[in-house]
Amino acid sequence: MPDLGTFLDPGFLAVQCLNGLTQAMFLFLIASGLSLIFGVLGVLNFAHGSLYMLGAYLSYTIAAHFVGSPAAFWVALVVGSLAVAVVGGLVEAVFLRPVYRREELEQLLVTYALVLIISDAVKFVWGPDNRSGSRPAILAGSVEIAGRAFPTYNLFVLALGPLVALGLWLLLSRTQFGRLVRAAANDREMVGVVGTDVSRLFTGVFTLGAWLGGLGGGLAAPVGAIFPGMDVEVIVESFIVVVVGGMGSLSGTLLGAIVIGQLNAFGILLFPRFAIVFVYVLMAVVLVARPWGLLGKPVTR
Amino acid sequence: MADRGRAAGWVLGAVLLALPLALPQFYVLLATEMLIMGLFAVGFNLLLGYGGMVSFGQAAFYGVGAYTCGLLLKKTGLPFPAAVLAAPLVAALFALVFGFFCIRLTRIYFSMLTLAFSQIVWATAHKWYALTGGDNGLIGVPIPVALSGPRAFYLFTAVVAAGATWGLWRAVNAPFGRTLLAIRENAERAEFVGIHVRRAQLTAFVLSGGVAGLAGALFALFTRGAFPEYAFWTKSAEVLLMTLLGGPHVFLGPALGAGLLILLNSVVTSFTEYWPVVLGAILLALIYLFPGGVTRLFVGRSAAPAGGEGG
Amino acid sequence: MLAVEGISRAFGGFQALSGVSLRVEPGEISAVIGPNGAGKSTLFNVITGHLVPDSGRVTFQGREITGLPPHTICRLGVARSFQRTNIFPRLTVFENVQTAVLSHERRAFGLWTPARNLGRARAMAVLEDVGLAHRAGEPSGSLSYGDQKQLELGITLALDPALLLLDEPTAGMSPQETRTSVALIERIARNRRLTVLFTEHDMSVVFSVARRIRVLHQGRILAEGTPDEIRRNDEVKRVYLGEGAIRRLRA
Repeated sequence: MPDLGTFLDPGFLAVQCLNGLTQAMFLFLIASGLSLIFGVLGVLNFAHGSLYMLGAYLSYTIAAHFVGSPAAFWVALVVGSLAVAVVGGLVEAVFLRPVYRREELEQLLVTYALVLIISDAVKFVWGPDNRSGSRPAILAGSVEIAGRAFPTYNLFVLALGPLVALGLWLLLSRTQFGRLVRAAANDREMVGVVGTDVSRLFTGVFTLGAWLGGLGGGLAAPVGAIFPGMDVEVIVESFIVVVVGGMGSLSGTLLGAIVIGQLNAFGILLFPRFAIVFVYVLMAVVLVARPWGLLGKPVTR
Repeated sequence: MADRGRAAGWVLGAVLLALPLALPQFYVLLATEMLIMGLFAVGFNLLLGYGGMVSFGQAAFYGVGAYTCGLLLKKTGLPFPAAVLAAPLVAALFALVFGFFCIRLTRIYFSMLTLAFSQIVWATAHKWYALTGGDNGLIGVPIPVALSGPRAFYLFTAVVAAGATWGLWRAVNAPFGRTLLAIRENAERAEFVGIHVRRAQLTAFVLSGGVAGLAGALFALFTRGAFPEYAFWTKSAEVLLMTLLGGPHVFLGPALGAGLLILLNSVVTSFTEYWPVVLGAILLALIYLFPGGVTRLFVGRSAAPAGGEGG
Repeated sequence: MLAVEGISRAFGGFQALSGVSLRVEPGEISAVIGPNGAGKSTLFNVITGHLVPDSGRVTFQGREITGLPPHTICRLGVARSFQRTNIFPRLTVFENVQTAVLSHERRAFGLWTPARNLGRARAMAVLEDVGLAHRAGEPSGSLSYGDQKQLELGITLALDPALLLLDEPTAGMSPQETRTSVALIERIARNRRLTVLFTEHDMSVVFSVARRIRVLHQGRILAEGTPDEIRRNDEVKRVYLGEGAIRRLRA
């Protein structure tokens, strides 16, 4: 626990807050895909963390190919996330489509099987060692905020998060696709009845979700460690974000991500030892008091 | 006819249980693990197959049982039988508290809350160095000299597991089992037949938690230690998979699943490190090709889990 | 035996019941009728504890039961059957009834004695009564619709209730099945001195069996009286004939 002086220093608090927000943006990117998929398909996609991991590894490898070029990071980010989107679409069409009529548990288990398979595939291709990507030159430095150094890259992520959120919002509210998605999130059966090609819609949503996850992975590659096991690490936190924010609600996911991000940032500061318990306690409290989350639709328990 | 079949079943069961004693030590150890996870899975199935409740957090009680037994033996002078008995009781108590909240929720929310509670247990075990040894775990749990040999311990495990399983078998064939099935079939109607559905579900949750705690205690004795991983969600996933692999519609199906999975794991990991992809493939095969697990392949589609007879 | 006073219940903006009051005397067979959407099922749901009313009270045998959970009300002696068959599909016919018997005998939580033969005598007696004894070992989900409705009735009877609430007991039945069912209900009600309150669309059943009829319309009691009184009631005629919902009226 830092001494009280540093702790009450507004500059310090501000930077911690920004740290929390940065983490929140990462979480949001990943969890938004999860939330979308759950809201529309009704599937809790365990494999979402795996898609995130794939995004990180792919970005890392693609960037390595262009090493030295200033565009490496950007190309890797775009291509990597798109590749993950394609993988997502294939996965949905091949593995999930046959089990839509089955029970939720079986759908969840299919995604869990995919976690296992993708995890080993990654280990097979890239080996078990840790990797780390590197930031692009223009984002590699740091900015001074309140007398402290704050990585420029984090500012970039901080800006990108809301941009993506805005983009998603526009997509959902202004496009035909978005309208269908919102309708399907409300009532899956009806959407099929009025003639929409539900399979194509589902594949589209899953692809979009996968892209978001892959994007998150690509962005995380330069800042965190890339290792097999990052899928498991991130999926539970994503679940918590979605539960706290409200399953199927994108604004809820954003809010949930911010809450969790700050809880982590300040939790580690105040109670470094027990910080990891907080998120689970929050999840439990939300489920007990308000199961549909902060911004979700109230449902019968 | 049924009586002869049942007698044959008992004999077969006794033979199967005694068999590993004749095998090399490696297999005795493997069989011990199978028994422990088999017990865990059969208890888990009380919730899944009979109660229709999908819990992602049974590992919490497994871990609690392991730590309770381990801590009592290592840090207090409690006699061995008391420590072993305390584990399922403490686990059942945890299940009572957790279950009180979880039972109020349904479906995905229920599952998520069981997961949350289980992760809290894991995180606490992971970080509370003073009590649990943190992520180093609790090591050096003393067990009675008489049980220190693998065959003796196997026999001990077999007796305990068989006894607990028999208790569960009685419960499942008693009215409580019918009540659970009725709730699973149609909870609303069960309510209108005068059954206090919540209380029945909580009872099942507590029983299942207690059995998980006993299994955890056995495993702690087996490994001479207790570790936070015992309460991690992957352990819950493991027992779920075992149950589904064996088949939740037959009382001992989950035990069969446990045995199969442990055996497969042992075989596969002996020549490759890529066990997860094999497990994933098995899981996919299970879902696409033979839902209902291995037992359904043999037993065929039956109306309801064991006990589905009448007239 | 049963007193419903001023029950109101709304769903969102829709007022399903407003100020409904009625009394059911012991041993009486009476009915509640009304067009679809009149609120009959909602009324039953409130009486049996499935729904909590916004206002009003329900009293059973002098004891207030408003807002009590369904299993408690059931224990007190109110049993209900459902409009759509509400059985335990993968259990056998015998087990369906046995579950109710065991619950009634407070043995539902027994953890030790095997259940195979518990309550057998009572369960089989009930099955005999509803004519399903020969199908006791079959999974109930495989029964025909008519048989399932009989089973539905059987489950309700196995609870040995004082008050029987039957929600459209002959819905979807052929005329033959309807006759059998009605005869059965009358016989059992007489033998066991049950009080029966039922809802129905089939007017021939209502007018031949019920001693008292209440007409529910848009959540309110429109009229109440003996079958003759109801038949002659102008408002009832307007409501029914105006909406074309009536099927058969015995002159």
